[in-house]
Amino acid sequence: MEPVAITLPILIPMLLSLVAWLSRGSAVTSRWLLPAGMAALLGAAVWLFSIINAAPGPIRVDFGGWEKPLGISFKVDLFASIMVVVAAVIGFAGSLFAVSEIGRIIWRKGYGTFFFLLLAGINGAFLTNDLFNLFVWFEVMLMASFAMLVLGRRRFVFEGATKYVVINMISSFFFLSGLGLLYGKTGQLNLDEIALGLGNAGGDPVILSTAAFFFMAFGIKAGVFPLYFWLPPAYSNTGFATAAVFGGLLTKVGVYALFRVFGGAFGFLSEVTGPLFLVVGALTMVTGVLGAASQFHTRRILSFHIVSQIGYIVLGLGLFTQGAFAAAIFYIVHHILVKTNLFLAAGAIAATGRSERLEKLGGLLKGAPLLSFLFLIPALSLGGIPPLSGFFAKFLLLREALREEAYLYAAIALLVGVVTLFSMIKIWGEAFWKETPRPEGIEGYRIMQIVPIAMLGAMTITIGFMVEPLFELSGRAADQLIQSNPLYVETIEE
Amino acid sequence: MEVFIAIMVGCLAACGTRLLLQRSLFRVLIGLALIAQAANVLVFTAAGLGKGDTSVIGADAKALPEGHPDPLAQALVLTAIVISFGVLAFCLVLLKRTHRRTADADLDALAQTES
Repeated sequence: MEPVAITLPILIPMLLSLVAWLSRGSAVTSRWLLPAGMAALLGAAVWLFSIINAAPGPIRVDFGGWEKPLGISFKVDLFASIMVVVAAVIGFAGSLFAVSEIGRIIWRKGYGTFFFLLLAGINGAFLTNDLFNLFVWFEVMLMASFAMLVLGRRRFVFEGATKYVVINMISSFFFLSGLGLLYGKTGQLNLDEIALGLGNAGGDPVILSTAAFFFMAFGIKAGVFPLYFWLPPAYSNTGFATAAVFGGLLTKVGVYALFRVFGGAFGFLSEVTGPLFLVVGALTMVTGVLGAASQFHTRRILSFHIVSQIGYIVLGLGLFTQGAFAAAIFYIVHHILVKTNLFLAAGAIAATGRSERLEKLGGLLKGAPLLSFLFLIPALSLGGIPPLSGFFAKFLLLREALREEAYLYAAIALLVGVVTLFSMIKIWGEAFWKETPRPEGIEGYRIMQIVPIAMLGAMTITIGFMVEPLFELSGRAADQLIQSNPLYVETIEE
Repeated sequence: MEVFIAIMVGCLAACGTRLLLQRSLFRVLIGLALIAQAANVLVFTAAGLGKGDTSVIGADAKALPEGHPDPLAQALVLTAIVISFGVLAFCLVLLKRTHRRTADADLDALAQTES
């Protein structure tokens, strides 16, 4: 049963993307196929997670019966299966929002097809254990995201898309070059085999330059300092459902690849990469949050906060302990749910207040009290207010930083948390609290837009009340991740 | 031979980078194409080149003889070429649209999304 469970999260969206393309002319089917397919994907993801959770270790599938050094294999550990479940949740929430947001013409152009293909690419990137296969899944994901981005046809969409496409192509070439060098050196593409083959090749110039290529490639995708400039223009000029799914998932695929490669197979470089990731993480946090503080456009504020939050996660990678990895995995899950929710809330705010600029918004607390309440949940969670998920994510990461005596980084993280809260209060004060500047009053949002926001908000609250079992789970995921580090394998064998 | 090709990869990447830094969008596109070629040739060369040999296993042999080029690297490059071709084609259409919207192929015209 395991091979079926492992391939379903890719097979379902791939097959449904074909169905969506064939049925794109029908107004009802093209719309409702998307959430229905995402619900099926969520079911498959939960099934896969339950199998992996019950298994003693990661499960591997070799496609076509080709054994490990020859064929392409998928390896699913807890981290990967958690990410697949979260991706399916975000896909479901985003598709519900898209049903009410996206116009009929854009559905007819195949919006559903690209949405499904995006999820197939993301799941492939999470599940694969082969570097070239990872490159291919990245490209599947990127092509789908290029198409989704420009289908929105908003005013400046082509500008934002140009920046996004060009920088992501450069990132792909970095990845391909690093991959080629590594293959020339080790003759392997399988991450496990590379880890075993490299052993302790720390000082080798080819390995170091490969690591630099991979850092550039995944760093651009993750949006770390100083490689994040493409992100705010692209995410703030497309459709809201699109931006929510991108904001939740795309940068996190880059972060996931950073963890897989530098936390696993390249773990023997941790003396070089650890301090690098600490500095990069801190700079990402600070520049992201300052960028957000200077903006007065809801989605641009949120886009800069994606950057800032990525910094926290990269900090967890830089600390390089089992506890820090566990905290980072917990943080990723919290961050994906909250960030998507905030982007969807920005969509509902724009539908209600007819603008995304804070100076043109206002009066939403009176006009849309339910939306105000639902916005507060992810906003306060992002700022780290207990008992919401963000508080525990930050607490676990800070505890680990203090344990590792990285006091400076802990202080920066705390300070950035305060400024994050300030940004959220800025949106609250301007959009909800102050009187509306529009004399004709405000219009309502559609109820379908509130459903996914309420769903994700409920999950944020649930995480806040279930920290103990969830942190235990991310601890086990971190164990499995660290065990793919060759140094760890060597010490066990000795 | 490898040294010669390594220098060529460096030249391709350098020319591509120089074009990427230009303000005209179409030069940026050509720069991307050059860098794509640099990456492809790099992957092709990194696995080693054989002198005039094909990487086909003979009818009476079980494995490639020593010194023959690695067929997997060639397969990887083939896939990468197809992918970069697709992405470049998309990019070309996108740049044409951007050009039409901003009525200008200068990168300085792309500043509306920055504030």
